[in-house]
Amino acid sequence: MGAESTDGELVASCRAGDERAWTLLVERYSSYVYAIAVQGFRLQEPDAEDVFQDAFARAFERLGSLRDDEAFRPWLAQMTRRLCVDSCRRRRDGYEEDGDEQGDTSRELERLDEALTVREALGRLSSDCREILDRFFSRDESYRTIGEALQLPAGTIASRISRCLGRLREELEGRKAVVLES
Amino acid sequence: MPITTYSEERVAELLRALPPAPAAWVAAAAELPRTRAELDQIVELASADADFRRALIENLETALRSAGFTADRRRVVELRRRLAL
Repeated sequence: MGAESTDGELVASCRAGDERAWTLLVERYSSYVYAIAVQGFRLQEPDAEDVFQDAFARAFERLGSLRDDEAFRPWLAQMTRRLCVDSCRRRRDGYEEDGDEQGDTSRELERLDEALTVREALGRLSSDCREILDRFFSRDESYRTIGEALQLPAGTIASRISRCLGRLREELEGRKAVVLES
Repeated sequence: MPITTYSEERVAELLRALPPAPAAWVAAAAELPRTRAELDQIVELASADADFRRALIENLETALRSAGFTADRRRVVELRRRLAL
C-alpha cells in the first residue's frame, strides 16, 4: 500500500481499518478539496476549513456506502460542492447562485478537475521530475531555493523544469515518454 | 477518443491551480480515524461513569482536559452532538 495504489485499493484498505491508507487518500485529495472551497466557491478561510474537515469526515464515515471504490474522487468532489453550497447559504441567507455565478463556478470546478488529472499524471513521472515541478509550480519556490534543496546548480533548474514539463505533457497526451534520466 | 493537447503554459497553469492545503488541516483530516476512536472512547466512558458524564455536562472542555483528552473546537462540537449536550 503506497502512493501508487489506486483509489479503489486505498478505499478497500480504509474499510479494513488501515489508517495509512486513509492518510494517503487525504494527502492525495487535500489540495483538490481545498481548491474547490477556496477557488471554486471563494470561501474565506474559517468556512473553507469547516468544509475541508467536514468533507473528509463525511467521506470517512460514509466509505461503506460508496458503491464503486474507484469513484472516490467524484464522490468526494460532490460532497465537497454540497458542503460549499450549504456554507454559502449560511453566510448569505437565501443564497442561490444566479446563472452567471453558476457558470463561473462550474468552469472553475472543471478547471480544478483537469488540474487534478495533471497532478495524477505528475505522480507517474520520476521522483526527480515530480519534486522539481511540484516545488516550482505548486510551492512557488525560486530557482535558488530549489537548487539548494535538491543540491543542483541554479543554472540547470530551468532546463530541468522544461524537460520535466515535456515529459508531463507526453504523459498527459498518452504518448510513450522516452525516459532519459539525467 | 479525442486526445487533449497541452501546451507547456497550460500544464504549468494547471499545476499552479492546486496549491497545497494548510498542513494543519491535512494533519487533522489524516488523524480522523484516531479522533473518531477517541470520541467513541469518551462516549463509552460517559455512559459507564456517572461522575465523568456529570463533569462533561458541567464543563465539557475542562472535563476532557482533566481526563487527558484534547479539547479542540471540532472535537467539542462533535461530542456535544453525540452526548446531546
